[in-house]
Amino acid sequence: MFFGLDFSVLAPSLPFLWTGLQYSVKLTLIAMSGGIVLGTLLALARLSSNRLLSNAAQVYVDTMRSIPLVMVILWFFLLIPLLTGNPVGAESSAMLTFIAFEAAYYSEIMRAGIQSVSRGQVAAGDALGFTYRQTMGYIVLPQAFRNMIPVLLTQTIVLFQDTSLVYIIGAKDLLKAAEIAGKNYNRPIEMYIFVAIIYFVICFTLSQTVKRLQKRVAIIR
Amino acid sequence: MIEISHVNKHYGAFQVLTDCSTTVAKGEVIVVCGPSGSGKSTLIKTVNGLEPFQSGTIMVDGISVGAPSTDMPKLRARVGMVFQNFELFPHMSITENLTIGQIKVLNRSKEEAMATGLKLLDRVGLKAQAAKFPGQLSGGQQQRVAIARALSMNPICMLFDEPTSALDPEMVNEVLDVMVELAHEGMTMMCVTHEMGFARKVANRVIFMDQGHIIEDATKDDFFGTPRGERAQQFLSKILSH
Ligand SMILES: Nc1ncnc2c1ncn2[C@@H]1O[C@H](COP(=O)(O)OP(=O)(O)OP(=O)(O)O)[C@@H](O)[C@H]1O
Ligand SMILES: [Mg+2]
Repeated sequence: MFFGLDFSVLAPSLPFLWTGLQYSVKLTLIAMSGGIVLGTLLALARLSSNRLLSNAAQVYVDTMRSIPLVMVILWFFLLIPLLTGNPVGAESSAMLTFIAFEAAYYSEIMRAGIQSVSRGQVAAGDALGFTYRQTMGYIVLPQAFRNMIPVLLTQTIVLFQDTSLVYIIGAKDLLKAAEIAGKNYNRPIEMYIFVAIIYFVICFTLSQTVKRLQKRVAIIR
Repeated sequence: MIEISHVNKHYGAFQVLTDCSTTVAKGEVIVVCGPSGSGKSTLIKTVNGLEPFQSGTIMVDGISVGAPSTDMPKLRARVGMVFQNFELFPHMSITENLTIGQIKVLNRSKEEAMATGLKLLDRVGLKAQAAKFPGQLSGGQQQRVAIARALSMNPICMLFDEPTSALDPEMVNEVLDVMVELAHEGMTMMCVTHEMGFARKVANRVIFMDQGHIIEDATKDDFFGTPRGERAQQFLSKILSH
């Protein structure tokens, strides 16, 4: 015990916090996969010579990037049931929101990645008789993705931290679990300190890994 | 095989190709030369539609390049192209580079594609490099793989855009040798190159371009023998002197 803090309440709440962390990680992984897929499609639309498609993608990306994430989370939570007529749980709503929101950021990364592949590579793919889809799928996107792995991972670390915002719609992530456990044991400060440490350790470890990766990518290129 | 007639191309107000016409018959080897910026790369890239053009027509094996009804990927699959900077796919091994077109475009089986790929790799003298990646090969080796890759599609003709100009001098010949052999086998070839030794050895005709115009289109003997236009003479004396 120091400063009047009592960390002994942590042990019994560990299983509960673990469930919260699992949801946070799951949300991150789903938002990352979905966000990269949707983001790549947005990037392709944005780079398309079809004006309508390109403008639509740009409006989507700009809009998402101009609205605070908290508001997007809230609005999706309120709007999806209105639009579909079915109530969706906070957890599913959060997943959809994050895919839609992160796609905007991943799309900017993938766009830079696609542009980092030289026009000569595209010409070589076309010259072999590939269709647009084949040139993109076999030649451009794999190289774009490889070049952008460190940046994509960095964005994912930010995403992992941002998932803590879902506590406002009551989705049971790590932060929400800490809030509940803190209330139950009447020890909120200890709980918040503990989850802050968890977030820090995970994010710090990941960003160190990204740094090492970045060096390797630089060597390969 | 290739008929280029009255082709014009411009970027905005800048005319890159002006009324270019020439033909390449089956089995012919044509060398295209001319000063930098004269439109050689642009001309050769219009042949397989990598560069669009505003007016004129190009027929390859009777098919109109860039016409709305033409299936361009299908046409390009039949025309081999070799680039100045090799453009092997760096994220694929040499064998993958040699088989991906055959598998994905020609729908050959993996085994068949592999057999063809390895045979061609052997032909360009690089059988031992099959498992490597492009980044592990020298420039000359990469360009030979690039030629093998183009050949893997059984092309009806081959386009070369300065295939040796990005190479160190000691590697130029290993690539030219492959090209000479190809020419002797009867491949129809259109080559942008300043290698006049190559032109002397295998070219049927030499085309000289300047500022987007084809200003000489002569048989090899005429081009090197009899007096020509002043620009071509200046250019020739410059590149032959070193
Ligand atoms: N995208 C473009 N926009 C505007 N001008 C272009 C573009 N691409 C090429 N050009 C111009 O067209 C002209 C012909 O270019 P091209 O690459 O065909 O020349 P080249 O004869 O192959 O030259 P080099 O020997 O340097 O390869 C050049 O003046 C070039 O600056
Ligand atoms: Mg050129």
